[in-house]
Amino acid sequence: MSVAQASAPAAAVAPMRALSIETIGMTKIFGSLVALEDVSIKVEPGTFHALLGENGAGKSTLVKCIMGFYSADKGQVLLNGQEVPIHNPRDARAHGIGMVYQHFTLVPSLTGAENLVISRADAPAIIDWKKEMASLETFLQRMPFRVPLDVPVSAMAAGEKQKLEILKLLYLDQHLLILDEPTSVLTPDEADEMLGLLRGMAKRKDITVIMITHKFREVTSFCDSVSVLRRGRLIGGGKVSDLSTEQMARMMIGDTQIREGAVRAARPPGETVMELAALYADDDEGLPALEQVNLKVHAGEIVGIAGVSGNGQSELVEVLSGQRELTDGRILIKQKPFEPKRDSFYRLKIFGLPEEPLKNATVPRMTVAENMAFRTFDKPPAAKLGWWLSPGPMRAKARELIARYRVKTPSPETAISDLSGGNVQRAVLARELSGDVDVLIVANPCFGLDFASVAEIRAQIMEQRNHGAAVLLVSEDLDEILELADRIAVMSGGTINYVAPVGETDRATIGKHMAGH
Amino acid sequence: MTDVAEPLRAGAIGPSHWDDLSIRVRRSAEFVAIPLFALVVSALLFSVFLFALGKSPLDFYSLVYRGGFGTAFSLQNTFQRSAPLILTALAVAVPARIGLVIIGGEGALVLGGFASAAIAIPLVLGKLPPIPTLLIMAVVGSFVGAVWIGIVGYLRYARGVNETISSLLMTYIGIAIMNFFVEGSLRDLTNPNKPSTMPIGDAYMIGKIPGTDVHWGLAVGIVLAILLHILLTRTTFGFAVRVSGGNPRAALAQGLPVGKLIVICCMIAGACAGLAGFFEVAAIQGRANASLAAGYGFTGILVAFLARHNPVAIIPVAILFGGIVASGGLIQRRMDLPDATVLVLQGLTFVVLLMSETLYGRFKIFQVKAAADRT
Repeated sequence: MSVAQASAPAAAVAPMRALSIETIGMTKIFGSLVALEDVSIKVEPGTFHALLGENGAGKSTLVKCIMGFYSADKGQVLLNGQEVPIHNPRDARAHGIGMVYQHFTLVPSLTGAENLVISRADAPAIIDWKKEMASLETFLQRMPFRVPLDVPVSAMAAGEKQKLEILKLLYLDQHLLILDEPTSVLTPDEADEMLGLLRGMAKRKDITVIMITHKFREVTSFCDSVSVLRRGRLIGGGKVSDLSTEQMARMMIGDTQIREGAVRAARPPGETVMELAALYADDDEGLPALEQVNLKVHAGEIVGIAGVSGNGQSELVEVLSGQRELTDGRILIKQKPFEPKRDSFYRLKIFGLPEEPLKNATVPRMTVAENMAFRTFDKPPAAKLGWWLSPGPMRAKARELIARYRVKTPSPETAISDLSGGNVQRAVLARELSGDVDVLIVANPCFGLDFASVAEIRAQIMEQRNHGAAVLLVSEDLDEILELADRIAVMSGGTINYVAPVGETDRATIGKHMAGH
Repeated sequence: MTDVAEPLRAGAIGPSHWDDLSIRVRRSAEFVAIPLFALVVSALLFSVFLFALGKSPLDFYSLVYRGGFGTAFSLQNTFQRSAPLILTALAVAVPARIGLVIIGGEGALVLGGFASAAIAIPLVLGKLPPIPTLLIMAVVGSFVGAVWIGIVGYLRYARGVNETISSLLMTYIGIAIMNFFVEGSLRDLTNPNKPSTMPIGDAYMIGKIPGTDVHWGLAVGIVLAILLHILLTRTTFGFAVRVSGGNPRAALAQGLPVGKLIVICCMIAGACAGLAGFFEVAAIQGRANASLAAGYGFTGILVAFLARHNPVAIIPVAILFGGIVASGGLIQRRMDLPDATVLVLQGLTFVVLLMSETLYGRFKIFQVKAAADRT
């Protein structure tokens, strides 16, 4: 069955191909955790629907139940008013439901055309490329956007890749698209363009879209309706035009009180604390990842590094925290060459909050107390004579930090991997920020955390700045940078191509530089 | 996950020290119970194997008991074999703490033993008294072992060479190096049978522990195991090793010298295995020859895994396996089973043990309920 045969008659017969979907009483229980409780949502055909909620609210569980990755303990899925049994992703696909994931599922070494053709369930063993290309061309002519078909995916920009992912679903004749935070890998411009195209297709009743997101801006500018989940339950929803951002935010968070953002204390510009002079480094494959990175960070200042992920930000953080070697260039801290050795970290009071702290800043199977002692285990009082370890003072210190930073743990002796994400982050925060901090290197500190934890962590970072620390904040969340930073630097293609005080720039300018212009 | 702003419940700050103790005890209980369970399961599976051969498992295990532990004589025979097992198991356990799987203890044992036998030749000929001679032999043997496994660690740290493969392959190089000298320039030509180095002579053999028939290797092994346990659990060095082994990225971000720690751990491992080689020469063989490669290095891998790389736990496990090895001869004679039967038991135990790794964290009695805020 060729694509042309499959979709051409459908186009001719049914002018409205978008599907409507309804879930009734979806419930999913993992052990003692009720991940989803009696969730019923209805999405009209040809609409753009947003699923809002914090991490762990059940958005992913809901779409995974719809897609057949999980089988729901209770509840049904109705497509166009008909109950359909979906037992696995193949069933979902047969019913015309497709999903775009947060991360790309394309084969990087293959071209766009090759990716499209091999994604078909009925791809023949021997492919007649001439015929396939011809049918792909006719397919593309009906699409509102194009991507180059003869270029390997690895050479495409993130926006093109994401478009190709969506084309793939349309090519597979799927008219209910589920998108899982599809814009996290895109620049603001790319995101707006893609969401606008999808909205246009939905308006023409070609597709129905369900998008998981936590960005209100995307909901208010592109979505028709919204459902808000909290702790596995449907809290509210309705037409986006009837709801304010505040109302949606309140539904997401509930009555939890959010800590007020720390106030930015006015400070005279401090002296230069950290200076990066022409840094070069390679990535894991030995390809250049950093190319002539220059930057100065002053005392009492947050410099935010914005950029689309994969433009050298993670390598820069690794270089500064001693996890990657420089191939050239110098790091100067307080006007002296800096070597990422334990003694220098200690002497120069350099601390760090890496992204995904459980993976990057802890030893998961060691206890909370031990993890909290990483900075101090070889100093008195935890160490006697410089080498003998006393667990007593170590545990006492951990108890104090646990109380002060409100880390929820059954005991200091619990393995840190048994804590929830927010509490792991707080334990790391306690370890890194409880002393005097002169330099703080932060990378995506709020990734995957709930609102309350996010507010808390941002406030802590701001407090360090107010106390005079030089803070380098690398984040993929532009809103976070705009909220916290005094100056913004944009990284693109392994170098910093734009630096500006936060008051003298705007989202559009930053976005343009993120795209490398 | 609305944890931040909620008022703290009473006790949320942390329970008493007694609860901390109970958590530690329960965790240790898991580390004892699951390997024991694995041992029992592999014994049962091995019984099936014996049934298939038409032999009685009951006879087999009673012979293991008699041949390994039943009499004063067999017990001493067992201890004799436990000494090198403790040391070769330490050679696996110490690198394991920093996340390396090193299985080349056999090579370090052979080279360490050979080096101590070789250095003994001029010392014995030069009529140096036995005690300094033995000390020099021990130092040279463990030094050569340390360098040997140290190379493995350096290759890992500097060039990213897989330490498991390189240590295994270096074992064969090590045995070949010994054979090259033993069959060549250092061969004792007065001995027409097995190619060997010159015997160090009875006067230079290391003595027995007074009142027993067991050589000093056992005592040294036990003391070393306890010392290494203290080093790994109660010193800043051990803490840095555990951090580096548990998460090298986090260790680097704390400025820990991960590469240096890897090489040091490998050198400690090699020194232990080299010392085992020294004791085989100075207490059992009296010379270096092919008998040094008796497989202690490989059985030591099993011992270390069964002891979960805990140096103190290695002591009883090594004695158990020493007994199984020691009873091999008796079993062969009485049950008419081939020599390799004991190897089947060892291999089976290892497979079951590796499978039992999946059981950790699955039994409620060993777990402490985490706070109810997990999402």
